[in-house]
Amino acid sequence: MSTNGKPKFAMYWAASCGGCEIAVLNIHEKILDVDANFDVVFWPVAMDTKYKDVEAMPDASILLTLFNGAIRNDENAHMAHLLRQKSKILVAFGSCANEGCMPALANLSSAKDIITTAYHTLSTDNPQGIEPQPDWNAPEGEIHIPRLLPVVKTLDQVVPVDYYMPGCPPESPQIAAVIDLVVQVLQGKAELPPAGSVIGAGNSTVCDECLRTRNVKLIKKFERIQNTKLDPILCILEQGVLCSGPATRSGCNALCPVAGSPCIGCYGPAEGVLDYGARLMTAVASVIDSNDPDEIDSILDGIPDPVGMFYRFNMAGSLLRASKGAWDGK
Amino acid sequence: MTETFEPVIIGFTCNWCSYRAADMAGTARMKYPPNIRLIRLMCSGRLDPTFVLKAFASGADAVLITGCHPGDCHYVEQNYKALRRFQLLKRVLTQMGIEPQRLKLVWASAAEGAKLAEAITEHTEEIRALGPLNWPTGPNGFEQNKPEEMVVQEVTA
Repeated sequence: MSTNGKPKFAMYWAASCGGCEIAVLNIHEKILDVDANFDVVFWPVAMDTKYKDVEAMPDASILLTLFNGAIRNDENAHMAHLLRQKSKILVAFGSCANEGCMPALANLSSAKDIITTAYHTLSTDNPQGIEPQPDWNAPEGEIHIPRLLPVVKTLDQVVPVDYYMPGCPPESPQIAAVIDLVVQVLQGKAELPPAGSVIGAGNSTVCDECLRTRNVKLIKKFERIQNTKLDPILCILEQGVLCSGPATRSGCNALCPVAGSPCIGCYGPAEGVLDYGARLMTAVASVIDSNDPDEIDSILDGIPDPVGMFYRFNMAGSLLRASKGAWDGK
Repeated sequence: MTETFEPVIIGFTCNWCSYRAADMAGTARMKYPPNIRLIRLMCSGRLDPTFVLKAFASGADAVLITGCHPGDCHYVEQNYKALRRFQLLKRVLTQMGIEPQRLKLVWASAAEGAKLAEAITEHTEEIRALGPLNWPTGPNGFEQNKPEEMVVQEVTA
């Protein structure tokens, strides 16, 4: 560890895809500001450091830690506890750390089923039926690999979090703005937002930023986007293609709908929304154009995987958090 | 445990019809089980699916949504929105592993105190037979009792 007196910065990935790290590097020359103002002490994707280096640091010695990724196994949980202990400001960075994102769709299956699918189905060449063992005595010594937790958790379900920065991944201009803010705080020119705030995002919904034209929505049939020729100007939901804009937090300038693809909800629940899927269900169900239970049911058949649709990014962060089967381990 | 299981049911009522039906059941001294906890909304259209999910996540065994008969809504057509949300929510709950009979929708006008009392009795008995839900995030769920402790299973990554 260097002793150049600069505040320390760390970034860690738990159960994630690495897109958040790319989004950080995508701030282009702004990354030099990070280097000029911070001493990067731990960032597994960018530099060679070991967990024991972090363990050796004094408590609260890292000023800012961006933590991306959900908590899938006991290694993720250990790192969450360790980085919480070593950091002054811990930011849940990106959708996985905030609400579970794609990894949390595993909360619809038990950990046992996941292992079975991974090691014992047709697409896996595993004639001896070998499964990885958590503890193994090799001639060179004992080896441990992480164990799955029964359900995927968000960062703040494991440790207290100071700030939330949503997005899959967070948009690079938003990251740049947050880094600008932190640098200004370091120079005494600005103040940190209140603890627990959502940073690097808007306070409204994606619909609010969307440039498409909205009329009264009356839906007789839900269509998959690949079976539709979308009108380039009209609201996407109005055309019967599910769009998550009404429930999703703004901050991305409605990139997807403006480009002709429905919002899939990666910025998470809008301000004040307790359960993302519930809010989206409220919006989608109310525009169904039928008062007849049977017809409503046949219109709803156009949504073949409702949980996957309404909780695509938010399963771990939802009120129920996981399916009954996943909780029970069955 | 030898205690008999007493289901906890959260009931959402509409100010203009089913809440008055419950009131009427009370003044007429009709009996229905005390397992239901009634919450008054201005309209069944006010029922955000969040309320239902929160009830289950907080330990309720079942939820009963009530509203004005189709066509009778005080706010013209909001009970139809409740109906559509109910049908969609039921699909989501089924996929989450919650038995669909734990969520029920009953129409009851202000005059139908007896009908409401009967529906509550019937739902209570149905849930009593079905058994507790005990969602892990609820007061008796394991996730609630030891939020700090990580439950690790014998399954490898």
